[in-house]
Amino acid sequence: MDSSDAYLRVRDLRVRFDTSDGVVRAVDGVSFAVERGRTLGIVGESGSGKSVTSLAILGLHDAKRATITGEISVGGRQLVGLPDEEVRRLRGRDMAMIFQDPLSALHPYYSIGRQIAEAYRVHHPEASRREARQRAVDMLDRVGIPQPARRFDQYPHEFSGGMRQRAMIAMSLVNDPALLIADEPTTALDVTVQAQILDLLADLQAEFHSAIILITHDLGVVGQVADEVLVMYGGRAVEQGGVEQVLRSPQHPYTWGLLSSVPSLHGDADADLVPIPGNPPSLINLPTGCAFHPRCRYDDRVGDRSRTEVPELRAAGADGHLVACHLSAEERAAIYAENVASVGVAR
Amino acid sequence: MSRFLIKRLFSATLTLFAVSVLTFLMFFALPRDPVTSICSKNCNPERLERVRDDLGLNDPLISQYAGYMKGIVTGRDLGSAQGGRCDAPCLGWSYVTNEAVSDTIARVLPVTLSIVIPAAILWLLLGVGLGMVSALRRGTWLDRLAIGFSLTGASLQLYFVGAVLLLVFVYNLRLLPVPSYTSLFDNPAKWASGLVLAWVALAFLFSAIYARLSRAQMLETLSEDFVRTARAKGLAKPAVYGRHALRAAITPVVTIAGLDVGGALGGTVITETTFGIQGLGRTAVDAVKAGDLPTIMATVLIAAVFVVLANALVDLLYAAIDPRVRLR
Repeated sequence: MDSSDAYLRVRDLRVRFDTSDGVVRAVDGVSFAVERGRTLGIVGESGSGKSVTSLAILGLHDAKRATITGEISVGGRQLVGLPDEEVRRLRGRDMAMIFQDPLSALHPYYSIGRQIAEAYRVHHPEASRREARQRAVDMLDRVGIPQPARRFDQYPHEFSGGMRQRAMIAMSLVNDPALLIADEPTTALDVTVQAQILDLLADLQAEFHSAIILITHDLGVVGQVADEVLVMYGGRAVEQGGVEQVLRSPQHPYTWGLLSSVPSLHGDADADLVPIPGNPPSLINLPTGCAFHPRCRYDDRVGDRSRTEVPELRAAGADGHLVACHLSAEERAAIYAENVASVGVAR
Repeated sequence: MSRFLIKRLFSATLTLFAVSVLTFLMFFALPRDPVTSICSKNCNPERLERVRDDLGLNDPLISQYAGYMKGIVTGRDLGSAQGGRCDAPCLGWSYVTNEAVSDTIARVLPVTLSIVIPAAILWLLLGVGLGMVSALRRGTWLDRLAIGFSLTGASLQLYFVGAVLLLVFVYNLRLLPVPSYTSLFDNPAKWASGLVLAWVALAFLFSAIYARLSRAQMLETLSEDFVRTARAKGLAKPAVYGRHALRAAITPVVTIAGLDVGGALGGTVITETTFGIQGLGRTAVDAVKAGDLPTIMATVLIAAVFVVLANALVDLLYAAIDPRVRLR
């Protein structure tokens, strides 16, 4: 996961917001890397810091409000501390983003085609209007929109939800970026359309050979498309590693909780879904020690440490699999075998 | 589109009809005799009666109204005392100023247009500009300055601002002539120098509302997802703010502007009075004071026409700005 030829490398990223209510540590020391052609799934509940991380990579945080430290290296360029104008030149060209709700993310007053052509012309100022139009029509065709030349002139409200997200993908890929960040790209869509969009992303990745970060709260989606997984909680990484390792032998109680709250077709149909008790923590008032301890069923087994000490990310089993938990590897294995795997959630 | 225009034309006709009936009824409901203002103190009852007969004031209300409307549509003969034949659209004869009302309107309408249109351009540019700047520089001294400026504008009255402007620029510094109206086509420089204070005073007061409205709209729009998308595409700030944010933020401003300009074109009484310029507004007030029915009818109808036109224009602009709006 930390290979030296990764296109995107994030090391010890911290994003802090100073608000009138106090300091919000939205992302607190997260590291990961993504190679071209590979997909990293970032999983977590709302407020876990997954979207803040992606916006930090694109440099979309307001510099007046957010303090960003650590390293973000895209294609060998260090972005943290770079003047906004230089980051802007990379945005949309080397790294692009797909947002959750294409209806609100597309401008309601401009035609779909015009918005795609605009994205092309920012980074190809030498291109004529006709060339940009042709490029946009080609992209619409490529993402599977029928009659692309006619639909070029239609507005977002004249597209269906799935078609809008396809158009959004066309727009993000119009400059052939090496890094694509998809922030919950299927959450706002019908279930039947979700699978189509995920397939499309996989096809396009094979064609354009881009590095993809897929942000989601849906472990099912991660299992379908990701190569690596990063599980975030309260702004920190609690578990990360290859998708096989994390989904087949999850190590963190939070990951167990996420898996137990996903219905499984292969498991016992009568098995109860086990929700994670409590609510995601407030980032402004994060629990001390392990941020997950108030919701952790096994927190009594480690005594006061869960309240006083932040667990470090440590190697867990196979190479590159990391977990931040005070429980020992043996304890975790015992609990998993006894309580979690039996619920029938392990994939 | 054509269906929209036909519908609009129909509802405009209906509106104007209702306005004319109401104005007519209200005039006759007033506890005063319009004739007394024509031949003042030394009028004996017989003369009054004769004048009343001449003006048709003894006819039933319905036939008076029908006569007036017929004049607008086909023209009519008003008799030698009132200038004889009056061609369509005949607005009648003023028994106070002793001239055809259409002549009065032709004289004062350009005055009001000359005051309102440049002032509106000025207040829109100033208001939206200030609102944009303070939204983009939120929390800085520039923002506070703009808010302060608009608060001041919103809390002052035109006759005060006008008087201060006159005192400073005309009577103390002697930079400008005493305000007066000259036709734009006769002498553009004189036209502008005679009206510039009225423009500035109106723009100052009106831009306040626009600055606050566009600031609020802009702040709301800046937090929209599509603005974030525009930035994620790598667009530079001018394109993000101008092409993407402003276009979405401007829609409510267009509505208010349409209503304000439409209303102002019907007459800017206070402005005209403050600067001593005779426009539509002052003419209307004078006519009411004198009981001059034809002039009242004409000024009220023209004001109504402007409001109706402004509303239709706002709808057209809306459709031009927002493709989701369909004109029906």
